[in-house]
Amino acid sequence: MFNTLQDLMLHNKSLTYVLMAVVLICFIGFWRFLTGREERNRRY
Amino acid sequence: MSTENTKNGSLFTPFNIVAGIILAAGIVVTIMRFTMGLGAVTNLSDNNPWGIWIGFDLLCGVALAAGGYTTSAACYIFGFKRFHAAVRPAILTAFLGYALVVFALNYDVGRPWRLPYPIFYQQGTTSILFEVGLCVFIYLTVLFLEYLPAALEWKGGLDKYRGILVKLTMGLTILGVILSTLHQSSLGALYLIVPSKLHPLWYTPYLPVMFFMSSMFAGLSMVVFEGTLSHKYFHHKMDEDYNANYLDLQFAFAKGAAWIMAGYLAMKLLGLSMDNRWHYLFTGYGAWWLFEVVGFVMLPCYCYAVGYRDRNIGLVRLAAPWTVVGIMLNRFDVSLIAFNWQLSSAERYFPSLGEIIISLFVVTVGVLVFRWIVTRMPIFYAHPAYKDSSH
Repeated sequence: MFNTLQDLMLHNKSLTYVLMAVVLICFIGFWRFLTGREERNRRY
Repeated sequence: MSTENTKNGSLFTPFNIVAGIILAAGIVVTIMRFTMGLGAVTNLSDNNPWGIWIGFDLLCGVALAAGGYTTSAACYIFGFKRFHAAVRPAILTAFLGYALVVFALNYDVGRPWRLPYPIFYQQGTTSILFEVGLCVFIYLTVLFLEYLPAALEWKGGLDKYRGILVKLTMGLTILGVILSTLHQSSLGALYLIVPSKLHPLWYTPYLPVMFFMSSMFAGLSMVVFEGTLSHKYFHHKMDEDYNANYLDLQFAFAKGAAWIMAGYLAMKLLGLSMDNRWHYLFTGYGAWWLFEVVGFVMLPCYCYAVGYRDRNIGLVRLAAPWTVVGIMLNRFDVSLIAFNWQLSSAERYFPSLGEIIISLFVVTVGVLVFRWIVTRMPIFYAHPAYKDSSH
């Protein structure tokens, strides 16, 4: 339970910042997965 | 390959018969709609003033017509000139898509002669709907001008006008991207006004961004899907240039779509987290939300990624219609399924047969006009007289 808006916002933003950091790291992994087998002289 | 019309023999093919039945039913319902009013053919009410004519014909139509700006931007702005042959089919699909959106809007709004009023007489400049209308009006004009060179080449003898339009290509492309950015996101912004009616899992302040991002991968998927179908049915109309880069284009668009879908998933997660909606995931609507996001965004995204990575064109062609269905599901969710979610089932909206017939009618008209144009005009091939032209 959150008693004040401040509590709610603090909770939401803290969780979101952590999640977005995880997402950004996952993006790097996804990009490496996506382009992992591209030829060195890729055309796009 | 020839510039002449291809005659396929009998007029009574299964496709023509089904299309004819839909057209006949559509004309009957059209007459009913414009002579007896909305109540005679729709299940619309004060609680549900927007039905599938908005949810499907407009929201899905605009999202799936996004292939026009994505393909022309890829070719003319980002320099993927090898995909030049795919621009005309994408522009034609987008032009017909937007033309049919405006056509279908007449059924909902009524009084077609009043359609120019918001643009020329009474501008509601404080309304997002006005911005959408203005953008669609201008973008439809832009798409018409982008499509026109193909019609002029087919007609012949109008090189002067064709030359002027070809010189405008870059300007029109930039204008198209700007207008699409504006109205694709504004269609999502329309729903910002109903936080109490739209289910919290779908309602988020990021709706405009989500509508815009999803339109990008919808457009790319639609180009892949439409290209696959066109390759099957209009292969004889395609020239070497189109065929040579066909696979490259599908793989490149698969890569783009996978990457944008990953970003879209991150935005979905962001919306969920910022508004603290986690507890809704354990409800019936939560299961439906997961069905949409996991089943129709995450899985096709993975298919695109693996298809691109392994050069597996079958997987890419599977992911394209899958994504298209996912976009339609998302627009249905926002405009119909998760809308008015607190009302009892008796007060909820379900489309009438008349509304479904009109939506089928509009799609059928689009397919028939597309077929009529591509069997006559230089859409899948460069006109012999303009083979060296850059347009």
